[in-house]
Amino acid sequence: MGDQLETLRDDVLEAVEGAADLRTLDEVRVQALGKKGRLTEVMRTLGSMPPEERRGFGQRANVVKEALETALAERRQTLEAADLERRLVAEGIDVTLPPRPQPLGRLHPVTQVTEEIIAIFADMGFAVAEGPDIDDDFHNFTALNFPPEHPAREMHDTFFVEGQPELVLRTHTSTVQIRTMMAGPPPHRIIAPGRTYRCDSDATHSPMFHQVEGLLIDQHTHMGHLKGCLEDFCAAFFERDSVPLRFRPSFFPFTEPSAEVDIGCRRTKRELVIGEGSDWLEILGCGMVHPAVLENVGLDPAVWQGFAFGMGIDRVAMLKYGIPDLRTFFEADLRWLRHYGFVPLDLPTTYAGLAR
Amino acid sequence: MKVTLPWLREHLETNADAETIGWTLTAIGFELEGIEPRGADLDGFSVGHVTGVRQHPNADRLSLCTVDTKDGTFEVICGAPNVRLGMKGIFAPEGSVIPSTGTPLKRSTIRGVESQGMLCSARELGIGEDHDGIIDVGDEPGVGTPAAEALSLEGPVFDVAVTPNRGDGFGVHGLARELAAAGLGTLKEPDARPVEAAFATSRGVDLRFPHEARDACPLFILRELRDVQNGPSPAWLQERLKAVGLRPITALVDITNWSTLDMCRPLHVFDADKVRGDLYLRFAKAGETFRGLDDKTYVLDAGMAVICDDTGIVSLAGIMGGASTGCDEATTNVLLEMALFDPVRTARTGRRLGIESDARQRFERGVDPGFVLPAADYATRMIQTLCGGEAGSIVVAGCVPDNRRTIAFDRRELTRLTGLVLDDAEVERILGDLGFGTASEGEGRFVVSTPTWRHDCTRAADLVEELARIRGFDAIPATPVRRERAVGRPILDSSQLRRLRLRRALAARGLEETVTFSFIGEAEAAAFGGAQVRVANPISADLVAMRPSLLPSLAAAVGRNQARALDDAALFEVAAIFTAAEAGGQTWAAAAVRAGSATPRSWGEPDRPADALDAKGDALAALEATGVNLASLRLETSAPAHFHPGRSGVFKIGREVVATFGELHPGLAKLFDWKGRVVGFELFLDWLPQPKPAKIRARPPLSASAYQPVDRDFAFLVDATAPAGDLLAAVGKASDLIRDVTLFDDYAGKGVPEGKRSLAVAVRMQALDRTLGDADIEDVARRVTEAARQACGAELRQ
Repeated sequence: MGDQLETLRDDVLEAVEGAADLRTLDEVRVQALGKKGRLTEVMRTLGSMPPEERRGFGQRANVVKEALETALAERRQTLEAADLERRLVAEGIDVTLPPRPQPLGRLHPVTQVTEEIIAIFADMGFAVAEGPDIDDDFHNFTALNFPPEHPAREMHDTFFVEGQPELVLRTHTSTVQIRTMMAGPPPHRIIAPGRTYRCDSDATHSPMFHQVEGLLIDQHTHMGHLKGCLEDFCAAFFERDSVPLRFRPSFFPFTEPSAEVDIGCRRTKRELVIGEGSDWLEILGCGMVHPAVLENVGLDPAVWQGFAFGMGIDRVAMLKYGIPDLRTFFEADLRWLRHYGFVPLDLPTTYAGLAR
Repeated sequence: MKVTLPWLREHLETNADAETIGWTLTAIGFELEGIEPRGADLDGFSVGHVTGVRQHPNADRLSLCTVDTKDGTFEVICGAPNVRLGMKGIFAPEGSVIPSTGTPLKRSTIRGVESQGMLCSARELGIGEDHDGIIDVGDEPGVGTPAAEALSLEGPVFDVAVTPNRGDGFGVHGLARELAAAGLGTLKEPDARPVEAAFATSRGVDLRFPHEARDACPLFILRELRDVQNGPSPAWLQERLKAVGLRPITALVDITNWSTLDMCRPLHVFDADKVRGDLYLRFAKAGETFRGLDDKTYVLDAGMAVICDDTGIVSLAGIMGGASTGCDEATTNVLLEMALFDPVRTARTGRRLGIESDARQRFERGVDPGFVLPAADYATRMIQTLCGGEAGSIVVAGCVPDNRRTIAFDRRELTRLTGLVLDDAEVERILGDLGFGTASEGEGRFVVSTPTWRHDCTRAADLVEELARIRGFDAIPATPVRRERAVGRPILDSSQLRRLRLRRALAARGLEETVTFSFIGEAEAAAFGGAQVRVANPISADLVAMRPSLLPSLAAAVGRNQARALDDAALFEVAAIFTAAEAGGQTWAAAAVRAGSATPRSWGEPDRPADALDAKGDALAALEATGVNLASLRLETSAPAHFHPGRSGVFKIGREVVATFGELHPGLAKLFDWKGRVVGFELFLDWLPQPKPAKIRARPPLSASAYQPVDRDFAFLVDATAPAGDLLAAVGKASDLIRDVTLFDDYAGKGVPEGKRSLAVAVRMQALDRTLGDADIEDVARRVTEAARQACGAELRQ
């Protein structure tokens, strides 16, 4: 009987070794260990053996079974590895192929920069107010202390609405100052971004452009706060520790005192660096809200006070992102949009940064 | 406003250099736009005396000159035709930098002869255009006199921006006063001592304005001068005027220009011998004509103020004199006019006639009524100095209006509005230097009286500005703006939030955001419903209509991009569209278009043109981004006329159309120059229901079944025109066990009867409490089939 077991073991081990593929190996396994397999058959004879033989034989038969199972498993692993290897070789693709496109659009710089501005002023407690593009003479001029036929009106190159001499395309977002102050009681703390219009078109002017107005009215805000607010804004917007600003006295009918603000910069032939250097570049107009304007909206200028400013959104977008020509903003040239646009997932925040 | 340093120094005793003056002007509100050196860069150039002229041995047109200079005698080659023995010119030594080129002069050899310097032309020195000959400085200047001095050059020239509220800044004297107040020196008062009258002026003046319009000309002063000798002005005046951009004409005319700039006091000189009778002023009648000094004829409107003699209009008040009575070289008798004209009328007349004159510029901003009468003597003295003659008496019509105001001022107002603190003495010093009168009432209070030239100062805030700008805005302490709470709060309203999310959602779908003009052409607007609002004064015909839709702008952008071979355009815009000619007659809209391929051409995807359903997808994505409940949308197939009638639809909420989508009407392709088909959508944000403020952020609990789902596919045969949407909706509602319904095939053709289509639907069913058995599945299948049949007569495909 001992020989029988050894012969069986040797036969099966040889067959395992000789199995060239998984199917053959499985046949070998069935022939040896299956229900009618040779070892199974041998084990089945155990029952009819005398007890003194059964014990020794049974132990040996189990040893053989384990040896066969181990051999089968090892062989299976080897064959599976070889199989996988073959499949991998056959499955090769050209990874230099470009991936399938997943188009991602871009946001216009005006949108991104507007949201940057909102993020910064929101941090200073400003809300966002809006007003209509078409507004009346009262909101655009009269309430803002532009006397009729004053040369300052002429400077605005106003578009008028056909058949409605009282209506204009707003020449500035300052209209929203009036709307805000007339809509509810102070204090007011708003910025108002939006489209503005002037009938002027040349290399540096577009008949439509974007401004953001700022207005802060309470009982203690003075021009020093205006300086502080704009200095903080410019440092945050241009992403520098501080940015040199120069406040120059100027004139706007709706502020007194009035100032234009220049930002320190360095101009080279190839680039413009904001925040350093000895050149100055005008970026906005501002001032303390004129007492006549406060009176026009029913506020007592002896009690209420505050500042207002107006800044060109396109202009600061051009400065920050090095966009050379204002007119190209509105041409919807795909090459321009893709080049200067912003990825939609880059939401500007003051905690994560305004831009990459 | 241009002003030269020497001119400024006639009004300001100062040691300040040009740079300091320029910087200070900006710091006090007169922005320096530039400094032109005009002779300030001529150090090293000096007068040379030509003591010998010989023919160049090797060149016919060149002369070999011997020039005596302060540094010795040099041999200089000169090509100028006007060079002659004994003349004095401007000598540039070797190494000097020529202003016109900015390069140093090198020793050179011309046709074998060495030149040891250069005799300069006006253009080479950057002081004129003359290049035909070298400068001839006359006999007077000695050899070695610095060029700038020999040429009486008026440099440097400041170019100053004057704000519209500061008429007084349009005079050299006014700027000098500002600089003096800013601490740069002492103001010199003009010499306006009376010039004694030698005879009685022979002409009268009459102001014939209606009483209620007498402010058209409150004051008109006339003075006759006899036996003057007109002719070219002296060199210094010519140079002074040239330096600030004016063309010298004759002494009399030059004096009027000089006065306009010097004291911001426009004058006019009539040739007395050409004026018939007395002068009178009145309003023009509509259609009257006037021939100006510029030799142009103007047709006047009623209400324009004019000056007349017996023959008719001889001058347009405050704007321009007339051709018929102008002075020329032969003029010997003069009527000198000094007047005040109403700023508003002057501005209106000038604007109406398109005349920009230095006089108009000053009158419309308001001149100093206190310097009309003194100017009669100030100007007369200058005329007599330059042209001789005798002065007549002063004839006055009207009277000097009293425009001085008193303002109660508390210097704490400065602190309240600017944060600056000045003491009483500083307040009085600054206001005093600017010409204000101050009377202290103690405790920081003053009664301030305004000077006659300051029309802009009417209230305390104006004085705050005066004090702050002269003290310097730099001194204002920058103070941070504090926020009420430590943590910021959301500040966007629902409309702003919707636009923010919408933009990012659409860009994430591969659409490029554009910003295009709010005005478009009439035809483009007409194609999209027609403009409700138009611009009365458009800059061009294609920017006249306030757009009734964003789609025409995007459609035009597609055409422009396709013209540059960018055929696959996917563009969107979020902006206002205009619905009525009234303030606020507009609504927020979002729109997108796609043209060309739906996805970029690639090896991995079949090339498919964008179609109406892509636009529908964009529309739904946009609606979803706004937070609208998509289940509340109702789709109808009645889209506006700018869409393809068979490939478009609208989404409604209640009765309101909130969005339109589809293929843009192919008939518009020609108007917008687009190739192929263009699809798009437009969403009207203001018609969407207001979002309900979320009280609870917590989501309902997730009910995910632990049991296996079952997927079954159904193929339905329906009429070709039956809406798939109805079928899907019906199937979805067929049983509570249905979790998901997906249309995975829409087929017509072989195997499907004519007039029918096959819609294949995958249904996933699942129960929360058990594994579905065969009976459940059979029941759902039966309900699905029945629902489909009822919804659109669908039959299960065998």
